[in-house]
Amino acid sequence: MIERAHDILGSVAAGVAAIVQSGHVEGVGGGHAAHAPAHGIALPANGPLWIALIPALPILGVVLATLCAILRVRTKLPAWLTVGCLGASFAVTVAMYLQLPESGAPMVATAFEWIHVSWGPGHGQSLHADFAFYIDSLTCLWMLFVTGLATLIALYASEYMSHDVGTGYCRFFAAFSLFVFSMACLVMGENLVLLFLGWEGVGLCSYLLIGYFYKKPSAVAAAKKAFIVNRIGDFGLLMGLFLTFVKFGTFRYGELWPQVQPYIDMVQEGRAAEVPFQVMLIPALFMVGAFGKSAQLPLYVWLPDAMEGPTPVSALIHAATMVTAGVYLIARTFPFFLVSEFALPIVAWVGALTALLAATIGMAQFDIKRIMAYSTVSQLGYMFCGLAVLTSAGAAFHVFTHAFFKATLFLCCGAVMHGFAGQLDLRKLSGVGRLPGWKIVTLAMLIGCLNLAGFPLTAGFFSKDMILAESFVTPGPGYQAIGWILLLTAGLTAYYTFRVFFRVFIGPVEFEPGDEHHGAAEEKVAAEHGEHVHDPHGHAARAGHGHGGEAHGLDSRGTFHPHAPGWAINLVLGVLAVASIAAAGVYFVHRQEHGWVGHMVHRSSANFAGAAAFLGGTDHGAGQPAAHGTFLGMDPHAVMYYVSSVVGLIGIGVAFVLHFLGRRSAAHSRADALLPALGPIPRWAQHKWYVDELYEAVIVLPLRVLSHVFHTIDRLIVDGAVNLAGVLPRLTGSRIRPWQNGHMHGYAAGMAGGLAVLVVAVVLLSI
Amino acid sequence: MSELVGSALTLAQAGYPEPMGGATLAHYLFLSAALFAIGMIGFLTRRNLIIMFLCTELMFQAAGLALVAFSRFHLEHTGQTFVIFVLTVAAAEAALALALVVLLFRKKDSLSGEEWREMRG
Repeated sequence: MIERAHDILGSVAAGVAAIVQSGHVEGVGGGHAAHAPAHGIALPANGPLWIALIPALPILGVVLATLCAILRVRTKLPAWLTVGCLGASFAVTVAMYLQLPESGAPMVATAFEWIHVSWGPGHGQSLHADFAFYIDSLTCLWMLFVTGLATLIALYASEYMSHDVGTGYCRFFAAFSLFVFSMACLVMGENLVLLFLGWEGVGLCSYLLIGYFYKKPSAVAAAKKAFIVNRIGDFGLLMGLFLTFVKFGTFRYGELWPQVQPYIDMVQEGRAAEVPFQVMLIPALFMVGAFGKSAQLPLYVWLPDAMEGPTPVSALIHAATMVTAGVYLIARTFPFFLVSEFALPIVAWVGALTALLAATIGMAQFDIKRIMAYSTVSQLGYMFCGLAVLTSAGAAFHVFTHAFFKATLFLCCGAVMHGFAGQLDLRKLSGVGRLPGWKIVTLAMLIGCLNLAGFPLTAGFFSKDMILAESFVTPGPGYQAIGWILLLTAGLTAYYTFRVFFRVFIGPVEFEPGDEHHGAAEEKVAAEHGEHVHDPHGHAARAGHGHGGEAHGLDSRGTFHPHAPGWAINLVLGVLAVASIAAAGVYFVHRQEHGWVGHMVHRSSANFAGAAAFLGGTDHGAGQPAAHGTFLGMDPHAVMYYVSSVVGLIGIGVAFVLHFLGRRSAAHSRADALLPALGPIPRWAQHKWYVDELYEAVIVLPLRVLSHVFHTIDRLIVDGAVNLAGVLPRLTGSRIRPWQNGHMHGYAAGMAGGLAVLVVAVVLLSI
Repeated sequence: MSELVGSALTLAQAGYPEPMGGATLAHYLFLSAALFAIGMIGFLTRRNLIIMFLCTELMFQAAGLALVAFSRFHLEHTGQTFVIFVLTVAAAEAALALALVVLLFRKKDSLSGEEWREMRG
């Protein structure tokens, strides 16, 4: 620590003042050199402006796709434009990565001045938020997989969405590019305001894309649910932002961390009670935002429903990138999470319980896309645990590997869905791998499943192990229990992952098409006219998509032929499968820093070094080794590889026995025989533990009743008052109007009468 | 009523020379009231638009007469000035009103005020 502090002092003296920012978080014992007044701290160095191309190119994609929509382009042009823009954005991101300085010092590139308001000369009396980008290793890590995966998935979508060419194709790709832009703002923003802009932007794009099939009521409901549940989380984030500004008077990372540091020191030195309550509230509020966006308890309910969107969207937004925004938020604002003793344990427990709950639900579902959705929720729980047990490197590594293998899994499910007319029920699909043309999908699915199940030596295995081991090591409140929960979850994950694989891709060939034929309407019309638009010889195994009939492989006798994926889907799946395997390789680069990802994360604000001092410091007695927990008396770092391998293999083995051996048909497996023994539990799990029903009863119903009450009040009292104001003059008028009868002498007589009355009154009064 | 006028006379004439020769303020006011009553009765009873218009003029001049009488009685010029203005306006108004009457006559070939009853609520 002394050396490190010395380093920091040296660096400051050398003029590389920006390192103070990373040194701050590390500086536990001796880093006080950085406690200069906030305004004296040198801000990050200026970065090259061309990195603004990373968000600018997707915006260009939005404009081009919109132009295509205006010009009524009826080809796949918008897809190619999008792939081009996103690919260029990825190339710029790679260039940005290559430009990263070795010191890890962050750079800031300001695109333009955005918000600059001042209402006084003092500190906290001006709001300065530029459209500026914060370039450090954490940003780079996130943007690399965001833009990379977005490019691949856009390519996949060019084929997957081909049934919608001309109608929704442009809309899809415009929203897709807009999502990448928003994600870039979120991840690259130099201040919390820009982060919030991106945060809301990805929420909007998520809403637009979930509700892509807007004629389908369930899709519309799912989109609304996602949007509203996210707003609850966003409310927390927004409150956190306000509080941040009230307490620290700035939104810029470079100015925030030096101001947060004194509070972190207070906690480290055991003076946690002196930290103002408002400051301790900030991480709690940020947490709410993160839990909403990343689908954690209690706000996870929107993500499984979000599977109503097209599968590429599920893969990119609801598995690989957007849902990791919560993890990013906590990683980026990690200093805030060190100002309170409670923040990280809460995150850990929420993550662990979410991981377990989602895994149990995932075990009992039959819709393969929903199973993947629950596994995403579950894995996100792992990531939060990773952050909270002080392995932000492990969390980020899991985000990174998960992005690849979960995108692979979703895209494989999408390929199945595409080929089998929307069929997603694993009871109605079997032996897909044996069909001609499905080899690549099956292989990619296998690789994805192995990763998700934590099969030894896969990328998912390494990333999950870092979190598992660290949760046993870190001495926090109940962190040992969290470790056991995560270990159990790992076994459950392996089971339900391979349940899907064995049932859908292996086994006897048997399938039933789904009812969501794309273009079913045209086909019906064609059938009514007695025309056979499809070529009876046109074999569905080719990737032919042109005419309505051929696209979903119904031949003239109405027998279903699944059509195997075309080159775009196969190419993307191949690349992603290879990337999923290769992601394990980065673990062995920079080995002493827990891999390349660790190397990246440790040089950013997500560094946590020294924070362990307070975690569990009060719970554990002085005699216990406070710094290092154990796993059944062994060093978790050493044994976790073997333990988690065994757990994963047990899960896979159980799935193998129950869902592969002795399975005769698609719908039945040996697991069915076990179900009665478990009582009502499988049914409850299948009904998602009735959480939706609970929310319906506890939140939605009271709100609905309340809204009816307010509606009645509005109708009777507010509307009543307004209507009364209208009715009164009308009534008066209807009484008085007849007096004006058009009779001139009547008026004259009235005037004369009035005059007489006046005269009489004057006379009487003057007597 | 005479008692009332009498009290006004004594009040106003205190310390002043006789302002209006033989005729007192009461004479003028009675004349004014009579003119106004004639005009009003004419307006209420006749149907011919021209006669009705003339009756309104009569009431107008009755009011003017009262003003001038008071003005003279109080030795103040405001009332008389005011009447000059009123007369000017009345002349303009007379031109307008007669033109209107001509137009109305052209519409219905009649001068009866009873013909015009469209403006009712």
